[in-house]
Amino acid sequence: MSGIVVIGAGQAGASLVARLRGVGYGGQLTLIGAEPVPPYQRPPLSKAYLKGDMDPERLFVRPKNFYADNGIDLRLGQWVSDIDPAAKTLKVGGDVLAYSQLALTTGSIPRRLPARIGGSLGGVYVMRGLADIDAMAPEFVEGRRLLIVGGGYVGLEAAAVATSLGLEVTLIEAAPRILQRVASAATADYFRKLHTDHGVRVLESTKLDHLLGDDRVRAAVLADGREIAADFVLVGVGVEPATALAETAGLKVENGIWTDALGRTSDPSIWAAGDCASFPHSSGRMRLESVGHAIDHAECVAQNMVGTGMTYVAKPWFWSDQYDTKLQIAGLNSGYDQVVERLGQGGSASVWYFGGKRLLAVDAMNDPRAYMVGKRIIEAGQTVQPNLVRDPTTDLRTLAPSAIGSS
Amino acid sequence: MPKITYIEHGGKEHVVEVTAGLTVMEGARDNGIPGIEADCGGACACSTCHVYVDPAWMDLLPAKEPMEEDMLDFAYAPDPLRSRLTCQIKVTDALDGLVVQMPEKQI
Ligand SMILES: Cc1cc2nc3c(=O)[nH]c(=O)nc-3n(C[C@H](O)[C@H](O)[C@H](O)COP(=O)(O)OP(=O)(O)OC[C@H]3O[C@@H](n4cnc5c(N)ncnc54)[C@H](O)[C@@H]3O)c2cc1C
Ligand code: FES
Repeated sequence: MSGIVVIGAGQAGASLVARLRGVGYGGQLTLIGAEPVPPYQRPPLSKAYLKGDMDPERLFVRPKNFYADNGIDLRLGQWVSDIDPAAKTLKVGGDVLAYSQLALTTGSIPRRLPARIGGSLGGVYVMRGLADIDAMAPEFVEGRRLLIVGGGYVGLEAAAVATSLGLEVTLIEAAPRILQRVASAATADYFRKLHTDHGVRVLESTKLDHLLGDDRVRAAVLADGREIAADFVLVGVGVEPATALAETAGLKVENGIWTDALGRTSDPSIWAAGDCASFPHSSGRMRLESVGHAIDHAECVAQNMVGTGMTYVAKPWFWSDQYDTKLQIAGLNSGYDQVVERLGQGGSASVWYFGGKRLLAVDAMNDPRAYMVGKRIIEAGQTVQPNLVRDPTTDLRTLAPSAIGSS
Repeated sequence: MPKITYIEHGGKEHVVEVTAGLTVMEGARDNGIPGIEADCGGACACSTCHVYVDPAWMDLLPAKEPMEEDMLDFAYAPDPLRSRLTCQIKVTDALDGLVVQMPEKQI
């Protein structure tokens, strides 16, 4: 007996199987995940859950009985080691499973520091799964010294949590500034100030040379020879798409598992969605690492697996919580050539990215109105005059494409 | 445990018990009730957990934070008198009997 098999029981995998049942797919459906727990949300891992403010049960994206109730065979703690696209089978544990269609929602893998520079010492962590957080939680004790390597969103969120718990935090970033890869200097300035105001030592243009320690890390040596003592280290230097399984199966891989506009890989019976997949976007290809995309992409692929023929159009959005600041990002800023800052009330602010005359993206700090207006404009394919945005007397709502509240 | 009634846009009613301390959004999610998407998982970042609260209950709910207020402005067909984001409403014993209605769609 065969049917649809989905590999990777994360955010995308859970959305994919739910949508398949939602659109009436009644055949056999199997969801296989390497982690021992049902699909859960990762964002709280570096936020409320890390802080100890959230029970693990609240992380699950669906109730535990959802899968059985919907005839979904959920296999947890099982690693798929091999796919044979010609035979349409896969190997999981000791079993060989047949499929008629297969979906890969394998997510991404955090980059680690190489072992030769101390990456495998005790007390050195990455932040991807529940198991990572549960392993490092006992380290988060008031007064201890945490070194964070990498000034991206995950590292900054962890810095905020650790500082609020009374740890002494140093964050080093090799690039000239934090958020270099993902945001403008204006946004980076906002977050640098936020963190230094809370007592985080933020060191930019600062390269790690190696970590020191016998079994456990005790310090970091920087490229300029300085030494920073640390009780533990969190490495937040980005992720790689989980493509190994796809590669060994001979699927085309191009910045992630290659998919067409429908989400189909180079094998007509195999699909991919979420963090692990790249898809056509304007004139090139794109890969996104966000919850919103994981859900939308997976749902689109589910529709297409039953023959809907729906082109995927990404509507990128993202958020990050640090201290009392909520950052919301609409759109994608790649290729921007102009940045406009807008100051709102009560310490809120937004940064608007333009490419030529087009609005590309908005970073909104405690300013949901700026976020929503920007999102509407971008998704409607419209733009806005930079000087109107900059003018603090402009009521942002007048800039949104007509009919707010009824899209 | 407080009982909450969720009414789908099409009229289908779900009456479920929700543990105090969870949010009204989590009550829907954990009982598999459709119509509340909650893409951001309760971070007040997506506005896909929007409902209309029965007017009799509106005054009994904790007041909206400015963040929720602004997010609601841009939800699908918001009603200033009845709209709330369910992820921002914590269930308490005082909310036993709460009735919420889903909009036609989220965003
Ligand atoms: C700490 C942290 C904070 C984040 N914060 C935010 C945020 O605030 N906002 C936001 O939008 N996004 C955030 N993200 C990103 C977001 O969580 C991801 O984009 C999203 O989880 C991607 O979903 P996915 O299903 O593609 O991958 P995942 O959720 O990673 O799921 C993939 C699953 O596949 C399993 N798997 C892989 N290979 C195999 C195999 N061969 N066999 C069996 N199982 C396999 C993995 O074990 C994993 O469980 C955050 C991520 C992290 C780690
Ligand atoms: S769940 Fe996203 S705003 Fe409520």
